[in-house]
Amino acid sequence: MTRALLSRLGQMVLVLFGISVLIFAVFFATPGSDPSARIAGRGASQEVLARVRADYGFDRPLPVQYVRMMEKLFVTRDLTSFVDHGERVVPEVLEAAPVTLSLVLFASVFWLLLSLGIGIVSAMLRDTWADRALMGLSLLALSMPVFWLGEMVNLVTQSRWHDAWAFSWVPPLGYTPFARSPKGWALGLLLPAFTLAVAFIGLYARVLRAELLQAMGDDAIRTARAKGAGPARLWLWHGLRLSWLSYVSLFGLDFAQLVGGGALLVEVVFALPGVGHLTYQGLNTLDLPLIMATVMYAAVFVVLANAAIDGLYALLDPRIREARRGL
Amino acid sequence: MDSEALLAVSDLRVRLPGGAALLEGVSLAVESGRSLGVVGESGSGKSLTALAVMGLLPGLAADGCVRFRGREMLGLRERDWRPVRGREIAMIFQDPMTAFLPVRRIGDQIDEQIRLHENLSRKAARARTVRLLGEMGVPDPDQAARRFPHQLSGGLRQRAMIAMALSCAPSLLIADEPTTALDVTVQAQILVLLRRLRETGAGVMLITHDMGVVAQSCTDVVVLYAGVVVERGPVRDVLDAPLHPYTQALLAAMPPLDGPRPERLPAIPGQPPAPDARPAGCVFAPRCVFVREACGTRPPMIARGGREAACVLLAS
Repeated sequence: MTRALLSRLGQMVLVLFGISVLIFAVFFATPGSDPSARIAGRGASQEVLARVRADYGFDRPLPVQYVRMMEKLFVTRDLTSFVDHGERVVPEVLEAAPVTLSLVLFASVFWLLLSLGIGIVSAMLRDTWADRALMGLSLLALSMPVFWLGEMVNLVTQSRWHDAWAFSWVPPLGYTPFARSPKGWALGLLLPAFTLAVAFIGLYARVLRAELLQAMGDDAIRTARAKGAGPARLWLWHGLRLSWLSYVSLFGLDFAQLVGGGALLVEVVFALPGVGHLTYQGLNTLDLPLIMATVMYAAVFVVLANAAIDGLYALLDPRIREARRGL
Repeated sequence: MDSEALLAVSDLRVRLPGGAALLEGVSLAVESGRSLGVVGESGSGKSLTALAVMGLLPGLAADGCVRFRGREMLGLRERDWRPVRGREIAMIFQDPMTAFLPVRRIGDQIDEQIRLHENLSRKAARARTVRLLGEMGVPDPDQAARRFPHQLSGGLRQRAMIAMALSCAPSLLIADEPTTALDVTVQAQILVLLRRLRETGAGVMLITHDMGVVAQSCTDVVVLYAGVVVERGPVRDVLDAPLHPYTQALLAAMPPLDGPRPERLPAIPGQPPAPDARPAGCVFAPRCVFVREACGTRPPMIARGGREAACVLLAS
């Protein structure tokens, strides 16, 4: 068990190393561009350029540059944004992380509950008008651009009908930390989280319905019926148990991707100072250190989530557990 | 046919949504303490008959009459089926590899069936599960109950399947080719288990394509061909002197147990007809060596000496 864990850890470190090399190469080792000029930002003076070059070792061979960069990111954590008046980048990202995490956690509650509900109901009522209506709605939700939906939500709740009784509870755009006011935190995140969740609800409901219907044709389900199991037990206890492997892995990946900054559009539209917002800001000002930091941060999350999914898989399916032990 | 039979199926017809008939009037009866072998080639409708009796036909329309303990089962609501399935009528499926849920432990799956039908504590249910597994000859049943299906061999899995089917002491057991996936020694052990069950007073319906299995463990036999019952009677009579040309051909295609081995076993020429291409007359006529003009209309079952066969040869 410990050996499997250690080897898994080694794999993760290797993957992260690969990703960091790749990111470094894309941003700093692209031929024909001067990375110092890009880090220093537009219209930087000669002195600043010289300082950046010396600081990052851009006058030295590439491996040294890479090590310097990683050292600044992970060890000394003093990677500095020149565009943003000397702001330290790593603390900035770490400060934005809880905002994104809150948003995504909130959204995933909506998205899991609703997609489970819709998926199961649709599968049970397959080929009825209710199923068709639910699947149609899911397709609609799936194909609505999230930035448009966000703007529409804002238009309705922030300006047009803000004073109507239905939306008077909606706080102004922005983020209230949980520590300051749990109620403000929840209210402020409710609409952004729902907006973020809508597309995922649609996708996950459709995936779950398909998987569930496939599982229900399984021999094991016929056995369960022959045992005298009722519909609730059949669908939830047997069917769902067989069919949610792909649902779970999909969720893990999407969750990680969102926590890593994939909720960018929602964060920008609702003015939430999260990691995605930070990435957006970095891209806007071509703030290379900031982009480097956010991309690395996202990579860490995706790798971590992958490991978590693998662990969960083994928990959910004993056959996988076995195969792995055999290796 | 005895009206007091445990299970009486008469004139059971099953058709595809498109209209092609899969079963064309199957009649059979299983009595308590006896075991009925249902024999036929693949596609003859054996498994379909079993599923119809369990009310588990997947989206197919069935009509006719299926009476279990004098109660009409066809068209029963799903809600009314539940207390019957697993408790009164239990089924053993052909492939023990796929019939268990792969992600739950064997013991949990057997416990589930017990607790679905009886108000028992977890502990009591598990005790019965372990006892049943032991009776089925599973070594170290306590351990086996804690294993996942893929961790057991095919034979052990089929025993667990039988233990599950027997867990609520059903009065009718349907076994759909319970030994096809197993090797011969295990097959013999499983058949002994089924025979013991029959001796305790339950009715057994054993579906198989293997005449040897029928000879070993059944008291009565029904021969199905292309969705039609062609012969029916006590096992000894049918095996010793088959009346229907199809049964005769089927038995002739088996290697003899003793005496000189024939150079080649006689095979039945041709293929059984597809459901949508069945002849209007006798379904076996296209492959029958005795075919004659009268075979153009479907022959009724004709009784002779305690058994019946559907063949014009008997009428003359």
